[in-house]
Amino acid sequence: MTRRSITIVGASLAGIRAAESLRRQDFDGAITLIGDELHAPYDRPPLSKQFLAGDWETDRLTLTQPDKLDDLDLDLRLGVRAASFDLDSRRLGLADLEDQSSEELVVDGLLIATGARCRTLGGAEGLDGVFVLRSLDDSLAIRAAFDAGPARVVIVGAGFIGAEVAATARTQGLDVTMIESLPQPLSRVLGDEMGGVCADLHREHGVDLRTGVGVEAIEGDGHVERVRLNDGSMIEADVVVVGIGVIPNTEWLEGSGLTIDNGVVCDATCLAAPGVTAAGDVACWPNRRFGEVMRVEHWDNAVAQGAHAARRLLVEDDEAEPFIPVPWFWSDQYDRKIQMAGRIGLDDEMHIATGSLAERRFAAIYGRAGRLVGVLGFNRPRHVMRYRMLIEEGVSFEDAIAAEI
Amino acid sequence: MKIVVDFDLCESNAICMQIAPDIFEVRDDDFLYVLNEEPGEEDRARVDECVQRCPKQAISVQG
Ligand SMILES: Cc1cc2nc3c(=O)[nH]c(=O)nc-3n(C[C@H](O)[C@H](O)[C@H](O)COP(=O)(O)OP(=O)(O)OC[C@H]3O[C@@H](n4cnc5c(N)ncnc54)[C@H](O)[C@@H]3O)c2cc1C
Ligand code: SF4
Repeated sequence: MTRRSITIVGASLAGIRAAESLRRQDFDGAITLIGDELHAPYDRPPLSKQFLAGDWETDRLTLTQPDKLDDLDLDLRLGVRAASFDLDSRRLGLADLEDQSSEELVVDGLLIATGARCRTLGGAEGLDGVFVLRSLDDSLAIRAAFDAGPARVVIVGAGFIGAEVAATARTQGLDVTMIESLPQPLSRVLGDEMGGVCADLHREHGVDLRTGVGVEAIEGDGHVERVRLNDGSMIEADVVVVGIGVIPNTEWLEGSGLTIDNGVVCDATCLAAPGVTAAGDVACWPNRRFGEVMRVEHWDNAVAQGAHAARRLLVEDDEAEPFIPVPWFWSDQYDRKIQMAGRIGLDDEMHIATGSLAERRFAAIYGRAGRLVGVLGFNRPRHVMRYRMLIEEGVSFEDAIAAEI
Repeated sequence: MKIVVDFDLCESNAICMQIAPDIFEVRDDDFLYVLNEEPGEEDRARVDECVQRCPKQAISVQG
C-alpha cells in the first residue's frame, strides 16, 4: 500500500506512539500530528501519582525527548482542534484555538487518537475548588489546591483515578473523604471481595471511605463548601476531586460517516473505514481473543493499539492482522502496585495462586469456561506478567492453577 | 547496542520480559535482571519495542 500522507488526530500517548511506529515501518510520507493541548505530548499516569505529589516536575512527563521528536519529522500542530471530518470527501476541519482561525485539510490516511475526557457532575462546574483529573493543567490545579493545605479533600468516585488521588493526598497528610456509590470500590470490575481489599487499604491509610452512597449536590458560594450525599449526610470540603469515569472524545466526528457507539467503532484490525483507523481510549473494536467488543482505557493499550492502527494504514486489507491483545494495566496506591491483565468477570472462578488477601500481596487468577481469562495482582508484578503470557497462550484454567510461576 | 536500565524508575512490571525474555527477566525477588546487556543488531526491533512499552521509561539504548 502506498500512502502519501497520514494525519493523526490526538497528540498524546496513542498518537505519538503511532507516529513513531510509522517511521519505524519506514513510512517516509508526510505525517501531520494534530492536538488541541498546547503542551508537547506528555504522559498521564504520573498526574495522579508522582507529579501530583510534587515529587516530579514537568520534565519527567515528556513522552518523546525533543531530539527524537525532531527525528520523526512531523508537522506537529499543537493548540489545534479537529472540529469536523467528512469521510466521503476526506475533509478534516481544523480550528486553531489560539488565533481562532480555521482551516480544512484533505487527508489521505487518518488515525484517530482523541482519547477521552472526564465525566463531570452536573451543577458543580462553576464552583472553585472542584476538579477533575485528565490533563497536565488539571493536575497542576489540584496540586496547587493541595499545597494550600485544605482542611478536607473529598474524592467523588473510588475508581482507579480517585483512589490514586486519595492515596497521594493522604501521603501528603491531608484529610480525605472518598465517596463511592458501589457497595465496594471497583466492585463492578473486581467483585465485592477484591473491592473490599481495596477498601481496607484506604481505610488503613486513614481515608474516610463511604460506600454505597451517592452525591446529591456539591454546594458552595463561589467556592465549594460542602458535598451533600443522598443518605442525607453532609461533608465539609475545601477541595473536591471528581473521578467518575471518562467519555470518549468523538463529538467532532458526528455526521462524519463513521460509526460512533461508545467510541469510534472499528473492525477487528482497528480499521474504522477505508484508510481510517482509531487507537487508544477512543477506539472500540472486537477483540477476537476474548470474543468481546472492547474499549480499553489503559496506558499499555494506547501504545500497542497506536502502533497497530498505524501499521494498519500501511497494509492491504488482506494482509491486515486482527488486534488481539491481553489488556493489562497498573495502578499505584500507597506502597501497593495493583495490576490486572485479561478480563475479569464477576461470575468467573477465582483462585489465589500466590500470597494472601490479608497481607495484600497476592496474585489471583480467573477462569471462565475452563480457560484462564484474567489475573489480578497486588505487589506481584512477575506473576501478573507470567499469567498474562499464559492467557496469551490460551491455557486451561486447570493448567494455569498447576503452573509453576 | 548497550541496554541501560534506570533501576530507580523500573518497577519490575515485566513488560520488557514479555517482549524479550532472553534479554530481560524479572525473578522471584521481584527485581529485574538484564540477561544480555549488549544484544546484537538483530534484536534492535524488539529492544526498541521494550523501550517504548516500558511504562516507566526506564530502559534506554546506547549506540
Ligand atoms: C491521571 C491519570 C492517571 C492514569 N494512570 C494510569 C495508570 O496508572 N495505568 C494505566 O494503565 N493507565 C493510566 N491512565 C490511563 C492512560 O493515561 C490512558 O489510557 C492514555 O492516556 C490514553 O491515551 P490516548 O492517547 O488514547 O488518549 P489521551 O491521553 O486522552 O489523549 C488524547 C489527546 O487528544 C486530544 N484531543 C481530543 N479531542 C481532540 C480534537 N478534536 N482535536 C485535537 N486533539 C484532540 C486530547 O486533548 C489529548 O491530548 C491514567 C490516566 C489519567 C488521566
Ligand atoms: S518494562 Fe520497564 S518498568 Fe517494567 S520491568 Fe521492564 S524496565 Fe522495569
